[in-house]
Amino acid sequence: MTGRRILMALAAPVSAFTFSVLISSAVLIAVGTNPIDAWAEMLSFGMRLETLVETSNRATPLYLAGIAVAIGFRMNLFNIGVEGQYTIAALLAASAGAAVSLPAPLHILFIIIVAMIVGSLFSGVAGYLKVTRGVHEVISTIMLNAIAWAMVGYLMRTWLADPNDTTLNLKTREIAESGRFPNLNGILQTFTRDIKGGRELGGFIIIAVIAGIVFHLYLTRTRSGYDLRITGLNPFAAEASGVDPKATVIRAMLLSGAVAGLIGLPEILGDDFKYDLSFTKGLGFAGIAVALIGRNHPAGIAVGALLFGWLDSAAPILDVRGDAPREIVSILQGVVVLSAVVAYEVASRARQTQEARDTAIATATPTDTGSDKPEGEVGA
Amino acid sequence: MPPATAVELTGITKRFPGVIANDDVHIRVAEGEIHAVVGENGAGKSTLMKILYGMLVPDEGQMTVGGEVVSFSSPGEAIDRGIGMVHQHFMLADNLTVMENVILGAEPLKRGAIDRDAARSSLEELGASYGLDIHPDDMVETLEVGERQRVEIIKVLYRGAKILILDEPTAVLVPQEVEELFRNLRELKAQGHTIIFIDHKLTEVLEIADTITVLRAGRTVTTVDAGDVTAQELAELMIGGDLPSPSTATHQIDDHVTLSLTGVSVADDDEREALSDVDLTIHRGEILGVAGVEGNGQSELIETILGLRSTAGGSLTFNGEEINDWSVRRRRESGIGYVPEDRHRRGLLLDAPLWENAMLGHQTVEPFARGFLIDRSGARNATEAIVSQFDVRTPGIDTTARALSGGNQQKLVIGREIAADPLLLIAAHPTRGIDVGAQAAVWEELRRVRAKGLSVLLISADLHELIGLADRLVVMLGGKVVAKLDPADTTPRLLGSHMTGADVDNGEPAQ
Repeated sequence: MTGRRILMALAAPVSAFTFSVLISSAVLIAVGTNPIDAWAEMLSFGMRLETLVETSNRATPLYLAGIAVAIGFRMNLFNIGVEGQYTIAALLAASAGAAVSLPAPLHILFIIIVAMIVGSLFSGVAGYLKVTRGVHEVISTIMLNAIAWAMVGYLMRTWLADPNDTTLNLKTREIAESGRFPNLNGILQTFTRDIKGGRELGGFIIIAVIAGIVFHLYLTRTRSGYDLRITGLNPFAAEASGVDPKATVIRAMLLSGAVAGLIGLPEILGDDFKYDLSFTKGLGFAGIAVALIGRNHPAGIAVGALLFGWLDSAAPILDVRGDAPREIVSILQGVVVLSAVVAYEVASRARQTQEARDTAIATATPTDTGSDKPEGEVGA
Repeated sequence: MPPATAVELTGITKRFPGVIANDDVHIRVAEGEIHAVVGENGAGKSTLMKILYGMLVPDEGQMTVGGEVVSFSSPGEAIDRGIGMVHQHFMLADNLTVMENVILGAEPLKRGAIDRDAARSSLEELGASYGLDIHPDDMVETLEVGERQRVEIIKVLYRGAKILILDEPTAVLVPQEVEELFRNLRELKAQGHTIIFIDHKLTEVLEIADTITVLRAGRTVTTVDAGDVTAQELAELMIGGDLPSPSTATHQIDDHVTLSLTGVSVADDDEREALSDVDLTIHRGEILGVAGVEGNGQSELIETILGLRSTAGGSLTFNGEEINDWSVRRRRESGIGYVPEDRHRRGLLLDAPLWENAMLGHQTVEPFARGFLIDRSGARNATEAIVSQFDVRTPGIDTTARALSGGNQQKLVIGREIAADPLLLIAAHPTRGIDVGAQAAVWEELRRVRAKGLSVLLISADLHELIGLADRLVVMLGGKVVAKLDPADTTPRLLGSHMTGADVDNGEPAQ
């Protein structure tokens, strides 16, 4: 029973990925490239220690973004605004971090808290609009993204710009040493070899893992998480069970925004120590894809984030060798998301049918006639 | 010579899990008549019409149309046979014109383009020949309800239907529109169309129909000529004349009032008055039955007591305290249990395991919670107890609720509410859609907990259930309590009269 369950759980993502590789291979053949060569190159390059470190660094913010999106998804809230929330949170947290001087762990903690609060407040606006004015969160969060970008642009040119900046690259002031997140090179290198090329294994992955665990415990072990989850499963039943739908919307948006606030921090705390124009964009949208691949489950999201992280890290070799365009990886990623959604649906129907059959068999008694068929099978 | 048969249904049976919607139904509809199909909610009228229109496939039985045996697997095939259906909920595109709606999916083409002139002229022809007042170029969004219905009828006629099925066509209309509709229907009949008319408003049925078939609990009771029957007799046929005498052991009702409503008024979602000035009391150890045709304020009554809907006036008192301002959660925690009328909508998390369903509505209290945390082992143990005590047939408590049959889902819902030991149980249609065995178990359980002092508000469309279980009965009509009755000397016939608003000659007036 358990073995079959695990098999069924794995069948969907594995077949989705296989299907995506086949589609991308077909595209490569169509443009006259040998797909086997391209994949082989990516695989051999992708297994290097440096690429794996890069994978972890790329997966960390993707994972946080996936969790932020998933919190909303778990109660059918579509927080499309993770993008704007993390951008503005990163800018304000970087500026706040540069403005204070605190001892090391407290300094980092302070920056993290500022980022989470800013992210929350920003997503909270969408929650507030939804419960008071009935504005759909997709609309409000998309518009809040635009507001966030405009605010970032304005603030960087005015109050938050580093006055000592001599370059044309607008940036905030740098965070002092005490506010920088240590890397994990030391730990990793005791198990492996030296990491070449000045790469660092970002330490923020620890925070990401903690966020995933907390997310999981919150959903499965707390009353509040149960309320959030059942609102997603059946809002009408949840309301009748005593869940306050408005409070739950606000709570979910605040939590989602708080996690969104963390997304930019690996870069701010571990890499750049400031917010500047080169700050990575698009992680919020990528988080939607990662959450979809991961079925909004913390473990699934980890798989999705690592997969995307690895593909992004291994793809540049295609350009270096010049055999295949690296954009093929983007196609692969897109197809993975679509086919994962389809595969999960197929798998979930198969599971329902299977379970209905098991139940019918387990509960059948000689006196039961047609009346004990499971209700799940209606719908013809 | 009797007129030819337009449609004949023989031995139609349709089962859904946990319920038989149609059980050996026989109907013969003569050509050119208006044939009404009446019955209570859940009697199987809609299922039968969906079968005739090809939306459902019957498990057993045979249909003939115009003397030929047919079997439809989609509405398209029924349309090809000249059968059209006017749904209760209109299926019109608001932002298209009347003409565009009518031809949608059956557009007349000329050289690959829609031939608007041909469409307009055939539409005007239809209107003229049936005396239907239509304006092909009006936008549907600007039309009144009655006009929209006329568009639906024209849509059906445009596709060449000779047999029209109308599903509760008067439910959405005001009296003047009903008159207009009836005029149109008589005109259609005069032109040789056959009309099958579903309704439960008996006076209307008697006015328009030639022949009436009564369904009860999925079976055909009888077919009568409209001229040979009165509203009273129809009501009796719908509800069933004889009742098994309910063997309610006499018991003492406490004079402690568990719940009382005083002058409660409530608005529905469209800001219309759904409950007006309702007074009710339920004592400890009492089952108060609420009878009424669906849609007369029962849902709003439940939602108001539960706190899902706020009152516009009046006061609710639970166990001596005014609860008007209490949240749903506070009400549930202080002992209001709820068996919803639609267990899938309000009562279950279909994709969650049984143990998570068992804590629904009780997720803040022991044994399901400890402080701010879910007590998983407590919840699982409590679920095991519910499953065994209430005979929920399931392979285990990790099975999802969806996999269970309707009867077992209902037993789980009732079990979890009773296991929580409430002071008041709101039981809305507790035995709807479940088989006879499960039904008896639910009744037995309600009697048992009443004996222990639980108060029950029982809302039901099943008059046997109401008369058999309730200690007192009230009848709701149009958001008001129109009658308070003693089940000991209430007949279904009397109850039915109060419910349908037919003339009441021997009931006591509302107090």
